[in-house]
Amino acid sequence: MIFSEMDVVLLSRIQFALTIMFHYLFPPLTIGLGVIIAYLEGMYVWTKNEIYMTAARYWTQIFGINFAIGVATGIVMEFEFGTNWAMYSRFVGDVFGSALAAEGIFAFFLESGFLAILVFGYKRVSPAFHFFSACMVALGSIFSSIWITVANSWQQTPAGHKIVQMTREGEPWFINGEPVMRAEIIDFWAMVFNPSTVHRLIHVWLGCFIVGAFLVLSISAFYVLKNRHLEFAKKSFSGALVLALISCLAMFVSGHFQAKMVYAYQPAKMAAFEGHFETGVADMSLIGIPNSETESVDYGLAVPGGLSFLLHEDFSEPVIGLDKFKQEDRPPILIPFICYRIMIGTGVAFTVLTVLATFWMYRGSLYDKKWMMWIFVISILPAIAANEAGWVATEVGRQPWIVHAPFEKDDAGNRMEDEDGKFVYVEGEGLRTTDAVSQAISAEQVLGSIVMFGLIYFLLGALWIFVLNRKIQKGPVFDDEAPPDDSADQQSLTSLKQHTLTEGR
Amino acid sequence: MDLNLIWFVLLAALTMGYAILDGFDFGVGMIQPLLGDVEKRNLAIKAIGPLWDGNEVWLVTLGGALFAAFPEAYATIMSAFYLPVMALLCSLIVRAVSIDFRNKTESATWKKFWDAGFFFSSLSATTLFGLLVGNLIIGIPLDERGVFIGSLTGLLGVFPVLVALFAISVFLLHGTIFLILKTGESVRQTLVRTMWVAIASFLFFYLVTTFYAVTQFPQTTRMFREQPVFYGLVPVHFAMLWSVPMLVLKNKFGWAFVCSCGNIACLVVLFGLALFPNLVLASNSMPSLDIYNAASSESTLWLMLIFAMIGLPLISAYTVIVYWTFRGKVG
Repeated sequence: MIFSEMDVVLLSRIQFALTIMFHYLFPPLTIGLGVIIAYLEGMYVWTKNEIYMTAARYWTQIFGINFAIGVATGIVMEFEFGTNWAMYSRFVGDVFGSALAAEGIFAFFLESGFLAILVFGYKRVSPAFHFFSACMVALGSIFSSIWITVANSWQQTPAGHKIVQMTREGEPWFINGEPVMRAEIIDFWAMVFNPSTVHRLIHVWLGCFIVGAFLVLSISAFYVLKNRHLEFAKKSFSGALVLALISCLAMFVSGHFQAKMVYAYQPAKMAAFEGHFETGVADMSLIGIPNSETESVDYGLAVPGGLSFLLHEDFSEPVIGLDKFKQEDRPPILIPFICYRIMIGTGVAFTVLTVLATFWMYRGSLYDKKWMMWIFVISILPAIAANEAGWVATEVGRQPWIVHAPFEKDDAGNRMEDEDGKFVYVEGEGLRTTDAVSQAISAEQVLGSIVMFGLIYFLLGALWIFVLNRKIQKGPVFDDEAPPDDSADQQSLTSLKQHTLTEGR
Repeated sequence: MDLNLIWFVLLAALTMGYAILDGFDFGVGMIQPLLGDVEKRNLAIKAIGPLWDGNEVWLVTLGGALFAAFPEAYATIMSAFYLPVMALLCSLIVRAVSIDFRNKTESATWKKFWDAGFFFSSLSATTLFGLLVGNLIIGIPLDERGVFIGSLTGLLGVFPVLVALFAISVFLLHGTIFLILKTGESVRQTLVRTMWVAIASFLFFYLVTTFYAVTQFPQTTRMFREQPVFYGLVPVHFAMLWSVPMLVLKNKFGWAFVCSCGNIACLVVLFGLALFPNLVLASNSMPSLDIYNAASSESTLWLMLIFAMIGLPLISAYTVIVYWTFRGKVG
């Protein structure tokens, strides 16, 4: 039945959105905090100042909680390609699977292995080796972001592969007269360095650094407001502020070049981002609600020619609109439009915020401005929202494709148009999301798993907040001179008092 | 060089690594309630605390390698076993949370709650893995595209259920030996008793499952008949299994654990031999997915092999470093 087939597609989309958005709460914090912790441990080894080790231990506790949930929710993602998107997995396994396997081999073992030493190994290894472990954890988490971003970038701007017919018993394989096709790698480095990888990777990293920095800023600002752990709070705050400021400024550059790249390869996505319906000079909508019926932006406030300028450096240069695409080739517009604005708006706001804060910090008046501190306390929420919104924008914006098809082009390399003036995609070279779901599953099964994930992730989220809050309320206070292993065992605490960090092993 | 064969062996090695490592984590989870009061149960958590997360990475890598090397098999297995895989993911999440959040407050009720979570999730994960392995051994119905056309209830046959029960005894034994190695006298008696129960149930289910497989599913012993040298595995396996309690009684706990690892390794080899050269056996008249028709292109298999060759020494180094750092007894 077509209805229940659509159900499986829609439900699987909802499930993927739910599971990936929950998962993506954690890796940016892991990556951001990982870098910060490595920095703090390095400073401790260099200066021997206890405050750095206290700070490192505190942020490591927070890190540990995030990491475990990140791994558990990450395994879900790896398996979900097979459970719900089996036809996609069959089509791209040759390409996409390799990137995922590389992530496991090169990143996860490194991360998880050295995490053990980072969290549990204070009294078992030297401070120098502990610092090394912190660096390995940070490196491992950055490696993991590389491979998954490479894989996703390949979906957006495929390269380094060819689409071939599969064979059975050495013969070309047909089912019901249709050839069975799949993607196969022909050039690994071309696949890895496909047109969008580098832009998107840098963008993802900056997003992670911003989230990590704002988590530290949020918690530190809270302590400043409550007049607790002031030395720790101010040192943490100033370090994180530098990271946040640099990342926000870099984000502008990164975002700008990425937008141009999106326009070059996925013009329909850019048109959706900007609610740009009619090909021609494009305004930059600051706010508004795109209306697909009237093909305009309601309640819009726009900079005339703004988008033309950003994309072409010319206010009057036309920008491809959604009118150049057949209905079945267009992405949804509302969600990418709004998410794009959430992301960029947050970026602009954060840049203003961090510039102001840096200015006042040098003037020595920052920590007295309670209203600034409160802004930083709540800013972790828009930071997380911006990261999520960016991903939603890019993934919904690439629809209807799960592997973006190339355009039909003439010999001069220009996009060809059909008799209605619409661009034509080379269908066989891509894969539509609607054709990518598993055929062996039913709508009821997917509904069941959505309910399961909904419940579990809700409980997990609540627990996460609860435990985080306890840690934050307790603060960077460690009752003994040496860190306990992570089991709060009274007996071992007493015996540990003999081993202090200053005495070494 | 037969890259497909090499990758079958590599997948078997990853399966072996995962079963040996997370096997003791699951075993510890299943034993924990037997240990007694909060202090003693705490020992179980401390024993696996720094290790379980790295152990779980072997599953992630196994899944990724299956996806990369044999995407048709990955897609068929994951979508065919949809609800069991979802239940497995749920179990793994609950286990992770149970271990990690258990000690975040001082409340005894909180700890009891999470210990129950640890137990049930370890038990269910073990059961689900057993069901998966059992079904793969006897085959599932496929269409000509390789898509599963059976039902969920069809996956709950006698043999898969037997293998699930067998898996519980395997991991229970393995977890017991690991805990004996890592703990002192306070829980020794309980653990030794559990060991004997685990061995008895292991032998029982091993015999029943093997008898059932040999008589009802002759393709599982095809490799033995084609290459009789594999029969030599059986006495080696039994020697290893028998060494476990013998070495424990002699207080040679490290060697007992090594033999327990060897026991699991032998079981994975048996699983591989029962499957080879198929990955997903079709129980109906359709073609099975084997290491040739379910595989990625030769260039991808080559590429992945290079990754594995670079990665393997690194992974071994990290593993040795971490296990060495956390050697010795807990509590």
